[in-house]
Amino acid sequence: MLKRNPPTAPLINRYKILKPVISGLLQVALVSFGLYWLLNSGAEAMNYQWQWYRIPQYLWFVEDGEWFPAELLEGLLVTLQISAVGLICTLVIGLTTALLRMSDSTIGRGLARSYIELIRNTPLLVQIYLLYFVFGPVLGLERFTTAVLALSLFQGAYTAEIFRAGLNSIAKGQFEAGQSLGLSRTDSYRFVILPQVIRRILPPLTNEAVSLVKNSSIVSVMAIFDLTTEGRNIVADTAMPFEVWFSVAGIYLCVTLVLSGFAAWLEHKLNVPAH
Amino acid sequence: MPDNTVVSFRNVDKWYGEFHALKNINLTIQRGERLVICGPSGSGKSTLIRCINGLEKYNSGQLHVAGQPLNNKHLKTIRGQVGMVFQHFNLFSHMTVLDNLTLAPRRTLKMSKAEADKLAREYLARVHIGHQADKYPAQLSGGQQQRVAIARSLCMKPDILLFDEPTSALDPEMIREVLDVMKELANEGMTMVCVTHEMGFARQVADRVVFMDEGEIVEVAPPAQLFDTPSHTRTQQFLEQILSY
Repeated sequence: MLKRNPPTAPLINRYKILKPVISGLLQVALVSFGLYWLLNSGAEAMNYQWQWYRIPQYLWFVEDGEWFPAELLEGLLVTLQISAVGLICTLVIGLTTALLRMSDSTIGRGLARSYIELIRNTPLLVQIYLLYFVFGPVLGLERFTTAVLALSLFQGAYTAEIFRAGLNSIAKGQFEAGQSLGLSRTDSYRFVILPQVIRRILPPLTNEAVSLVKNSSIVSVMAIFDLTTEGRNIVADTAMPFEVWFSVAGIYLCVTLVLSGFAAWLEHKLNVPAH
Repeated sequence: MPDNTVVSFRNVDKWYGEFHALKNINLTIQRGERLVICGPSGSGKSTLIRCINGLEKYNSGQLHVAGQPLNNKHLKTIRGQVGMVFQHFNLFSHMTVLDNLTLAPRRTLKMSKAEADKLAREYLARVHIGHQADKYPAQLSGGQQQRVAIARSLCMKPDILLFDEPTSALDPEMIREVLDVMKELANEGMTMVCVTHEMGFARQVADRVVFMDEGEIVEVAPPAQLFDTPSHTRTQQFLEQILSY
């Protein structure tokens, strides 16, 4: 009895992966069904007429056999543009601020500190209004630029603190090893310090990227035709808030899930073997 | 300055705030010399060795390294000529062993990748670790990591190699392999300054031993003389403490 052949390794592995996936799917199905039932009975009580069939026309349309994106997908494109440019600016602002905050210069430290505290302790919406109605016109900024600037200034303050935590977590010996090998400061940061910082702060950085995408919906207050603005316009035209807002939420969810997935893949790829 | 002097301290003082870490240090090190620095913890021996490549700044006096005064202007050149091996190895954990070795030669000496790889593999072979080039530091034992760190310093072809307690973080069974490599380097004529508690190594390899206490150089003598007939009571006390077991 004891000498029974053990199951082969691939089988065990497959079961190990399958089990959580199946149980996860079951849970999702259960929750979705509950939600669906709740919504449906609520909508019935309100006499709400579901018109899901009208949603696809706001995603895309076909003309002469060619596909074109309709309002929602065009809005998504704007959201993606703002988020992508915003993310790059956020990283630059965050890293610069973190380095300034850790520098020897008193003025640099003071500037970085004031910027972080100012941004963290005022609401994003108020910052956007300030930029859009005050600084934008004064400096002659375009709407898109203002939107990107507002978002990356906001997110940059949080990212700066993440970078600072990451930089502080690098052992002093890594800096010293770089110095004693004669590496320049730039080379030390580029090849030795930052690659290690990025590996450590990837999880909180992903949070920031995801919240940047979500926060980008707030720029809809400044007449930018992003996903949220398009959604609001369609609701105003069609009076079907349930279907439209669920679709908009679903699209945001897809974007952020893809982002999280990419981050998880990156984390796995950058992982350094320890055995 | 005579040609074969590579390091000279003249009346060097160093303070950490109120704490007088180095008191009026005078010391010259000759090319090819093997110097061991010992002393109780907090005696300033690490601070002294770290001054030589500018990891610590001194407050007054004069320090010449490789014929140049150690100041901001010459710091980079001097660091290119002085290698350092640390107690905790300080390998770059996100890079393979080979990349650890080739980074500085490629960036600062502008070597091509092929050239740097060849050089790195040579030095890895010299520290008896040639087959580990593609592993990551965390995959190696402590002794192997320290030998990689030595090879990394050697790749910059330094004139002087500084060792800051290179075996203090190692398990006992790995100390020997590191000391063996250091001995081989010494026999090849490398100028070495070692802070270490390995008295057996000092006896075998060192030309002179420096004994420090409370930021001062108490005594400098050849190992046999310093260990067997120390002329200072503080040296005697220290030796009694570390040799009593």
